[in-house]
Amino acid sequence: MSAVAPPVASFLDTFGGSIEFIFQSRTSAQEGSKVMVGGLDQILELLASQALISIVALLLALLLALPLGVYLGHRGVGEFAAVAVGNAGRAVPELALIALMIAFVGTGSINVTIAVMILGIPPILTNSFVGIRQVDRGAVEAARGVGMTEWEIIRKVELPLAVPTIMGGVRTGAVNIVATSTIGSLAGVDTFGKLILGENVYGNEGVIAGAMMVAVLALAFEFGLAGIQRLLTPRGITTQQQLTRATA
Amino acid sequence: MIPVLAQIEVREAGEGATTCQGKNDTFCFDYAIDNLGDYLGPTGEHLLLVVLSVVAGLLIALGLAVISHRRRWLVPVFVGSTGIIYTIPSIALFLLLLPITDRGIATAVIALALYNLQIVYRNSAVGLNNVPASAREAGRGMGMTDRQLLWKVEMPLAMPEIIAGVRIATVSTVAIATLAIFAGAGGLGEVIYTDGIQRDVFKTPIVMGSTICILMAIVLDAVLLVVQRVVSPWRRVRTI
Repeated sequence: MSAVAPPVASFLDTFGGSIEFIFQSRTSAQEGSKVMVGGLDQILELLASQALISIVALLLALLLALPLGVYLGHRGVGEFAAVAVGNAGRAVPELALIALMIAFVGTGSINVTIAVMILGIPPILTNSFVGIRQVDRGAVEAARGVGMTEWEIIRKVELPLAVPTIMGGVRTGAVNIVATSTIGSLAGVDTFGKLILGENVYGNEGVIAGAMMVAVLALAFEFGLAGIQRLLTPRGITTQQQLTRATA
Repeated sequence: MIPVLAQIEVREAGEGATTCQGKNDTFCFDYAIDNLGDYLGPTGEHLLLVVLSVVAGLLIALGLAVISHRRRWLVPVFVGSTGIIYTIPSIALFLLLLPITDRGIATAVIALALYNLQIVYRNSAVGLNNVPASAREAGRGMGMTDRQLLWKVEMPLAMPEIIAGVRIATVSTVAIATLAIFAGAGGLGEVIYTDGIQRDVFKTPIVMGSTICILMAIVLDAVLLVVQRVVSPWRRVRTI
């Protein structure tokens, strides 16, 4: 018991105030200010706003990148472009993207959503290309042999078999999107970045509370998408994967 | 940082709103050239952050790969735990470490190194696993111990894949390290955020910081590509 207590105590000592900030509002850290900050109401408001931006951006990224990646993968063309976009995407600094947007395009939620979407596209495009491309050519030929149209091959053979790879890209894209939407607060949008970058208003505990909530939001996306991946993955390839894992 | 700010206020007051940096319509080439020296410090800091965290991440990831190499059941455990760290947005991880490690370069390096673990560990584990059984058996046949086999056969053959992981990790670290400014560790984020956004969105430093950052990623990637070629001479033989 005594061996457990000190770490718990020191954790509460470090993060307890921030956890309190999430549930209980207090007066602003600015001197003489009577404005109330923090508390569940504000946290939920920021959560809803950042989650909305992130979900819309992820859906837009999917809408643009998935069909393109699947089409290129199915035709087997544009490998260089699909992979290069993925590599270049990793090199784009989130802070630079938001800063360039503020400087040359403007602020507001539409701009932030589009900027954030851009960082979601590369992993989805690359992974859907690679995922479709990796599908066993024998399976595709067999499908063609039984008289499936190209569209049926994509929908009934290639897409189901590529689900794990494609969803891997979607999850990476979601991480990018949640991370970048956080600093969207620099462009006047309500996200947890408002707390993280507003130490003079929210105090140190508010900053850490913002960081905690961003981590929670990102993990929620990750686990949500992992659940969706499980639902979409055909039974056959899950058992196959488990078998190869067991024998590896 | 403070002297730089003071110097800039003097400049703006002296030259008024007719000069290109005063108007701040677009990227100001003259200003960027005149103040090229201002970008050296942050660029150096940025490079240091990247090198330290990639090296630290590589060493830890290799350690984990060696541990899990003969204990395969640990592979999903390590992949899962490094994956969860990777999910936490960098800006959040930086700030969550702050109460424990304080503002400064240590916090930034720890966070960035943790990010590198996922990709480098995965590549190292896959690389070690993909070593052809024939090479392993040849080593065994020569009477190598497990340790000799690991360091003289398996590790060298896995090197191209390990370095491929390091390349990806390096390029993303260059990008993520711009956020180190929020952990008090300087770097090019200082040029973009402190000199740019916080000074009424001064466009020139924003463009300069972003450009240097992307160039750094390209150059480091090219350097590592050369390293990758050098450590895998058999691949070159095959392609000739």
